[in-house]
Amino acid sequence: MKIFYQIGIIFGLCWVSEVVASLLPFSFPASVIAMLLLLLLLLTGLLKLEHIREKADFLLANMAIFFLPSLVGIMEYTDILQQYLLPLLLICAVSTVLTFAATALSVRATLHLLERRKHHG
Amino acid sequence: MADLFASPFFGVALSILAFWIGVKIQKKTRLAVCNPLLIASILVICILLVFRIPYADYNRGGELITLFLSPATAALAVSIYNKIQLLRKNWLPVLVGCTIGSLVSMGSVLLMCRIFGLDEAATASLLPKSVTTSIAVSVAEAHGGIPSFTVVAVCITGILGSIISPFLIRLLRVKNPVDAGLAIGASSHAVGTSKALEIGETEGAMSGLAIGVCGLITVLFSMFLSY
Repeated sequence: MKIFYQIGIIFGLCWVSEVVASLLPFSFPASVIAMLLLLLLLLTGLLKLEHIREKADFLLANMAIFFLPSLVGIMEYTDILQQYLLPLLLICAVSTVLTFAATALSVRATLHLLERRKHHG
Repeated sequence: MADLFASPFFGVALSILAFWIGVKIQKKTRLAVCNPLLIASILVICILLVFRIPYADYNRGGELITLFLSPATAALAVSIYNKIQLLRKNWLPVLVGCTIGSLVSMGSVLLMCRIFGLDEAATASLLPKSVTTSIAVSVAEAHGGIPSFTVVAVCITGILGSIISPFLIRLLRVKNPVDAGLAIGASSHAVGTSKALEIGETEGAMSGLAIGVCGLITVLFSMFLSY
């Protein structure tokens, strides 16, 4: 029964988030609202990790398979995919390298500044 | 016979079987290119094409699997919560790195989409491609993107990132594990994180943290972007 209660908690939270999302004046993904709500509930101690641990572990460990049907859906868009395949690959490659470099360099600069302040202070 | 493929049980069973085969192949070859999701999707598409099963029939079962996406995104809160001490200790580098990383990712994608003359729907699909799939799909859908297109871009990015990140660490002389982990997580989300875990424990933890934080920042940025 325990896993059923856990499913109930997480699915219930997702529904509440959809309600919240529909009330917001701007578009904000309901799933991200659910993530924030869950984090808030855990941080305030209103919900204990034990209440959802098994279900959350199941969801996190199997994340990849939940995308399979959407990915298979690409077969409905073969014409667009053929048209954009080269730009798609190029965009992914270039922006992945740029994002990596920008993050690595900015974190390095931040750590360096923190280190210097520690020495001076 | 055709009606039988429209049963939800068919789509669910086929998806799980295909994914299981993908995981087996990944374990055997240990190659990043042999991503279980990639293998499974090719298998399912081949079967649907060979037996002339319409996607809509398969998706009656597929929808039941997709239903778990939002709960899985919500569960990311648990992985952030588990690393809350690490976040408290490194909050400034995490915030700076993920903000700059998300900005550069979206900025570079937007610029290249304009250069290649991609239409609005394709641009909206590609823009959130550096964050984890569940968040990326929500962002893309909110802006009129095609979810399947987003999933393809996110998968390519993750696989590419996990292949080139060890090389980039050497090229940019990244020595600090916090630095390396955040860069991997920001550029190649969950697929990259499994690579980061292979490199080291701190790298893996920081990379996992970057998934949630970058996802959130990307959602916030996308709200102010008009494209």
